Amino acid sequence: MIPLWLYLMVSAALFSIGTFGVLSRRNGVAVLMSVELMLNAVNINLIAFWRYLTPTEINGFAFTAFVVVIAAAEAAVGLAIIISVYRSRRSVIPEEADMLRG
Amino acid sequence: MNDINIFLILAWVVFTIITLGGALGVVTTRNLFRGTIWLMVSLFGVAGYYVLLEAPFLAAVQVLVYIGAIAILFTFAVMLTRSLTQLTDRYNRPIANVVGAVLLFVLLMVGVILPIWFTNEPVDPAIINAQVQDTRDLGEALVSKDGFVIPFEVVSLLLTAAMIGAIVIAREVEEDEKGKRA
Repeated sequence: MIPLWLYLMVSAALFSIGTFGVLSRRNGVAVLMSVELMLNAVNINLIAFWRYLTPTEINGFAFTAFVVVIAAAEAAVGLAIIISVYRSRRSVIPEEADMLRG
Repeated sequence: MNDINIFLILAWVVFTIITLGGALGVVTTRNLFRGTIWLMVSLFGVAGYYVLLEAPFLAAVQVLVYIGAIAILFTFAVMLTRSLTQLTDRYNRPIANVVGAVLLFVLLMVGVILPIWFTNEPVDPAIINAQVQDTRDLGEALVSKDGFVIPFEVVSLLLTAAMIGAIVIAREVEEDEKGKRA
């Protein structure tokens, strides 16, 4: 089999790219897309460790399924908030959504 | 190194190019609609990793849920918010963030991956040939009381609540309703 560290390296690279996107993109939709990249990096890590270290247990496998569900919920709520803010502000830039500021 | 290993490594290289190339496309593209296409490419590469890691059920879930549902949701959001028209100013402080991301990558490499560099796990053939848990075991674990039945119910409730919340947040407020609220 392919050595484990190759998967971990890809996962680390994907996570770093996602971090860059979250920190620097100005568009809210692009920020959420970068969050999805980070969640996928975590999933690769979970599955790689599961397959290489504890393939007879179900934990890593099941956790990945839960992460996918959480990602779906996060994307739905995040995009709903962005669309709602866009309706009132005509903008998808997170910095301009400051209605809660006193 | 036998022949199978070479094919596996070739597949790994292809999926790496797809995944990381798609991810770079997501964070660099100006046109966000293309960004969603790049996101689909990247997610597809991750599905390939699941196949390599002998988790075919998760590969199917990845294609169905991520590419089929979440990426389409992003496409809708891009089109509904007319993000295509905002082509100027892609980034906030890009240089500092590139440095930060590269530092994070180096930190992960040095802290986590370097200690197991070239150890070529799993060295124990018993682990390689061990009975891998499959989709049937996942299904049983999700509903057994020794397994994940509580997290399963909680995550189901969370997903339902999130979907209802998303509909409530994104729903267009009717004109007569608006008068009542204001």
